[in-house]
Amino acid sequence: MERKIYLDNAATTYVSSEVLNEMLPCYNILYGNPSSLHSFGREAEAIVDRARDRIASAINAKSSNEIYFTSGGTEADNWAIKGIAHAYESKGKHIVVSAIEHHAILDSCAELEKEGYEVSYVPVNPDGLVNIAELIHAIRRDTTLVSVMAVNNEVGTIQNIKTIGKLCHDFNVIFHTDAVQAIGALKLDVQDMEIDVMSISGHKIYGPKGIGALYVRNGIKIDSIISGGSQERNKRGGTLNVPSIAGLGKAVESANKNLSENQQKYRILRKYFLSKLAENVEHYQLNGHAHQRVQNILNISFYGIEGESILMLLDLKGIAVSTGSACTSKSLLPSHVLKAMGIADEVAQGSIRFSFGKNTSKADIDIAVAELAKIVTKLRSISPLQAGRF
Amino acid sequence: MYNKTVMDRFQSPKNAGSLRGANAIGQVGSSSCGDIMKMYFKINEETLVVEESKFKTFGCCASIACTDVACDLVKGKSLEEILKINSKQIAEVLGDLPENKVHSTVLAEEAIKAGVEDYFKRKERAAKRAAMLAEEMNSEQEEQE
Repeated sequence: MERKIYLDNAATTYVSSEVLNEMLPCYNILYGNPSSLHSFGREAEAIVDRARDRIASAINAKSSNEIYFTSGGTEADNWAIKGIAHAYESKGKHIVVSAIEHHAILDSCAELEKEGYEVSYVPVNPDGLVNIAELIHAIRRDTTLVSVMAVNNEVGTIQNIKTIGKLCHDFNVIFHTDAVQAIGALKLDVQDMEIDVMSISGHKIYGPKGIGALYVRNGIKIDSIISGGSQERNKRGGTLNVPSIAGLGKAVESANKNLSENQQKYRILRKYFLSKLAENVEHYQLNGHAHQRVQNILNISFYGIEGESILMLLDLKGIAVSTGSACTSKSLLPSHVLKAMGIADEVAQGSIRFSFGKNTSKADIDIAVAELAKIVTKLRSISPLQAGRF
Repeated sequence: MYNKTVMDRFQSPKNAGSLRGANAIGQVGSSSCGDIMKMYFKINEETLVVEESKFKTFGCCASIACTDVACDLVKGKSLEEILKINSKQIAEVLGDLPENKVHSTVLAEEAIKAGVEDYFKRKERAAKRAAMLAEEMNSEQEEQE
């Protein structure tokens, strides 16, 4: 096959060599259990402490002990939603989330609903921004928690996190944000943005998979969801995954450097992609906010054709993308994010997410768009829908 | 995810496109469920045998492959015979399909049935038109007399 092109960096990234170098000795040289009292344990503990410090400093946490390691973004989200809802049950059983959250949030909410909690799902505007008026309207006397993701993983829209954080505190409600897609794309300052709880993941920022962290501001109560040990200040049982924690620490630290340079690079690639696309393809739309967005995610709906077909034909050419729609997963429904943005089903079904990474070049984009143009023409020739009539 | 048969059918469908001179079209599905299938039939008016069939499909790989198979299965068969084609036969031609894509075979079966229905509906409409025309001509003749 010809050269492979990976345009699915929002799904996951490779592990960078600087991260890998931090991780490798933790497997066979510094392999102690950080909970052990002897020198092996203390060595491992020092590695974990360093990672905690790096993350705390990257997000401007007041103290390193506000960082708790988890098995990934999904566990962090589950823990934040369920752990806080349960800890504050005596205050109320109502939480507020946006309609475009990741399923780690939405499914956790569904579980709480089964337990008798009430959840309000705040609608978003057509550009994917959470409607602030609706958010204010949703907060009640018995609301304990608001959760709004910092950057949406499907369309790349950046939420007004600082505004929402401030607003939550005006209403005396805890604010959680899922920052899995935001880390490495924008500066996150938990004190300035008034974030109480924040989910982080390793594998979107050139770190390893299966590791994440939850920032919990000191003073916020959170119930454990994983019992079985005194690790993480009695809040999260389980032997710490030292190699991955070392990797996460390095990945977060690196991601936080050169933030604006990276976004500038992606801005140029994005512009280039769009100009090439405009030259070669007709009848499509861009989904997500025009400028309040991360630059490495492009979500595009191609009229009259279906996303999975586009994805599979691109894959046959060695080009990896993902569907904005959930068709490739078990659900056959169109993406809940695009639906919440008011995008018609047949348009949502035809959406593709292209996400750039460190290695993406203009040459990659030339090839990808050329193949894409052929594929779109081919699929339109066998579609009963007319692209020009959307 | 998909086997070779499905991928081959999806990549190079034999029966894709519209059909000039089609005298029946079966369309099923909706974009909210993710698939729209349109099957074109050219049916011999005397023998009621499907002489040619083509399709146009908006949908995933499985749906495109299923309609391509459906076209193969109906060709050379009478309308009575093609009404007996079921989703399992379509699935058999394709071999293993992911579980969440089995609905595509069901939709393709429905597309065939919709095509047959369309043929008879057109016939009925044509017959009605002919009857109306005959009646008009009769009354005109009576007036002239």
